[in-house]
Amino acid sequence: MDFNDTKDEAKFRDEVNSWLSANADKKEHAKDIYRPAEMSGEGESGESSALKDAKAWQAKKYDAGWACLHWPKDYGGRDATPMERVIWGQEESKFKVPGGFFEIGQGMAGPVLMLYATEEQKKRYLPPMAKGEEIWCQLFSEPGAGSDLAGIKTKAELDGDTWTINGQKVWTSGAHYSDYGIIVTRSDFSAPKHKGLTYFFLDMKSPGIEVRPIKQITGGANFNEVYFTDVKIPDSQRLGEVGDGWKVSLTTLMNERLAVGDASGVDFQEIFELAKDQDFNGDTAISNGAVREKLADWYCEQSGLKYTKMRNISALSQGSTPGPEASITKIVSANKLQDIANYGMDLMDNASIARDEETAIFQGSLLGAPLIRIAGGTDEVLKNIIAEQVLGMPQDIRVDKNVPFNEIPTGSKN
Amino acid sequence: MNFNFSEEQLLFKEEVKKLLDKENSVKRNRNILEGDEKFDKELWDQLVNMQLTATTIPEEYGGIGMGFLELCVIAEELGRGIAPVPFSSSVYLATTAILNSSNEEIKKEFLPKLAKGEIIGTFAHSEKTTFPSESGITVAAKSGKISGKKVAVPDGDIANFALVSAISGKNKIGLYLVDLSADGVEIDSLETFDPSRSHADISFKNTPAQELSADAWEDIEKLLDQSAVLFAFEQVGGAEAAMNQAKDYAMGRYAFGRAIASFQAIKHKVADMYISLQLARSNCYYGAWALSNDAPELPTAAATARVSATKAFYECSKENIQTHGGMGATWEFDCHLFYRRARLLSSNIGSQGIWKDKLITSLEKSNAPT
Repeated sequence: MDFNDTKDEAKFRDEVNSWLSANADKKEHAKDIYRPAEMSGEGESGESSALKDAKAWQAKKYDAGWACLHWPKDYGGRDATPMERVIWGQEESKFKVPGGFFEIGQGMAGPVLMLYATEEQKKRYLPPMAKGEEIWCQLFSEPGAGSDLAGIKTKAELDGDTWTINGQKVWTSGAHYSDYGIIVTRSDFSAPKHKGLTYFFLDMKSPGIEVRPIKQITGGANFNEVYFTDVKIPDSQRLGEVGDGWKVSLTTLMNERLAVGDASGVDFQEIFELAKDQDFNGDTAISNGAVREKLADWYCEQSGLKYTKMRNISALSQGSTPGPEASITKIVSANKLQDIANYGMDLMDNASIARDEETAIFQGSLLGAPLIRIAGGTDEVLKNIIAEQVLGMPQDIRVDKNVPFNEIPTGSKN
Repeated sequence: MNFNFSEEQLLFKEEVKKLLDKENSVKRNRNILEGDEKFDKELWDQLVNMQLTATTIPEEYGGIGMGFLELCVIAEELGRGIAPVPFSSSVYLATTAILNSSNEEIKKEFLPKLAKGEIIGTFAHSEKTTFPSESGITVAAKSGKISGKKVAVPDGDIANFALVSAISGKNKIGLYLVDLSADGVEIDSLETFDPSRSHADISFKNTPAQELSADAWEDIEKLLDQSAVLFAFEQVGGAEAAMNQAKDYAMGRYAFGRAIASFQAIKHKVADMYISLQLARSNCYYGAWALSNDAPELPTAAATARVSATKAFYECSKENIQTHGGMGATWEFDCHLFYRRARLLSSNIGSQGIWKDKLITSLEKSNAPT
């Protein structure tokens, strides 16, 4: 029972650290974050500046062999072990470096290309993806198909060796700055819903694609609607067999759940500090028993997630596969985020309504939390996954499973 | 890194589990609950034969010189089997308290007998109805004798001796070792919520007492932290057993033409049990690390493990009954044995409110909670 690196791990960590120290600034405290040099305004100009910096940092890592460490060298990686990848992540997080644009490509599109693309395609697309030169997005959800992803209706028709795509996707992160996308479509409406899907990758600059931002309840717009009108995709960009798109999608979703981690925003530290400062019935909030009980619950959750992660890393270090314990991370952290944000505003009383430096992070977290509880698998979907895939309980009865897709009833909200 | 038990420790854990399964520990819990015996002597002897009572005692005192990590895996299995034995009182508490002390005479006299299971010890701390604070101890020590009353002492009517917290003439809380067959000891067995573990009120009247330490409040706090990790492992073992019972029952119980395990209402319930269990287990591992390394993080780690394991066992044991429907609330089904044990373990070394408060206090002191 220890947290010590093996000899090889320690050596690798040193190597990582000396490169990072030579190329980036160390954070002064845990909450210290990278700020783009030109980040004066908000919205589009702020984003493009952050993107520019993120691309520069990614390219620097790539040139030194520190991008997509676990990928094969032939595709721009380092052939690193899973543990080396973890160590890189741990050390990089201690430095003030930009990020946040490449996760979907590298985390979801990359692994699918590696399994299903031709050798020529892998050599063409994976290195620029690793370098951050080309950004990828994921076109999955539709207005009528979220948790029930296999219910998508975007239509793909083959004529010769070219497919024509018509329909609409939604909740596409980063579509507005992406160069390529992975997309799942319906190629056969008379087959049962899981059997008629086909999966492609496509050029996001293709004619007929229109990207419209979605304004979220936070006021920000990180997601988009994407409309397809007679968009052409060559058959050579199909991933997997025609009608086999569900199988390919599952690969992507599995990777999505690995990629979605802790929810960012207020956590125990923020509510603990607030409770120490805040007046409550003539004393500090933290001296109140009810407040202390709440704080203790959140600390236990935060600590439980931290050491669950450690158990997984330990499994990697020991050369075994991490268990399914990590599937609890997003459910617990997103709900904790929401509850801490709400309680923080409660403690600040009526002053919490005004937006100022102190309230902003609680307000932002309270508005952002609902989306985190939904994105990348809702709480409910994740609980089904725990019950079915971790604990081996049976699937719900599905009335639409063996019915031709075009005979499945739809309601007024689809 | 290896943030897990070693292969040897996990094999050892499996051996303990095999013994408790073979001995049908859960059935034995029911026998004690329904019968007149105060604990299962046969099962206790089996545990002693396997040298489990000797785990943390060094060889020079007649033990086998393993460590707290081995005790953690034993605790988890005793929890899974809701074993009706005084292990927590005698091993987590009495043995650890003596091991912690610098009184060589007491160590030499008591540790070999504890290792061999020849004597059983307990920790007599609670007074009135609450878990005592430093100012709440009224049992008094004077010139080698103690007087006063301890309430609901776990295994108080089984143990041969008790470690008793008492206030001395110098207004310090000390820890005293008392032979429970000595003069002036009156033991009243209690009717309890979980009769699979016996409890008794103990009164002392000028009872001879050996001083373990005259100024022991910090020692007592540490003993509670140490045992909290072990109690937490026991709670996690019980919680996991209750979760598995719920799952297994739901897979085999059919209603509306299908296994009730296929309903989301049930699946989400079991998933929630799994979540609370995993959080508790991970916190327990950190507690085990802090306990076995005697780390300065122990107060925080122990309270975190204790609070989340208490929560997990309560949730799993109550929702296990719910998943079983009406049968879950019958005397015949085992669900209530776990529900009772969950409540008992929550109370034994201080309730949830006490430990939550301890946790926040330790974070305020360390000032570096993350």
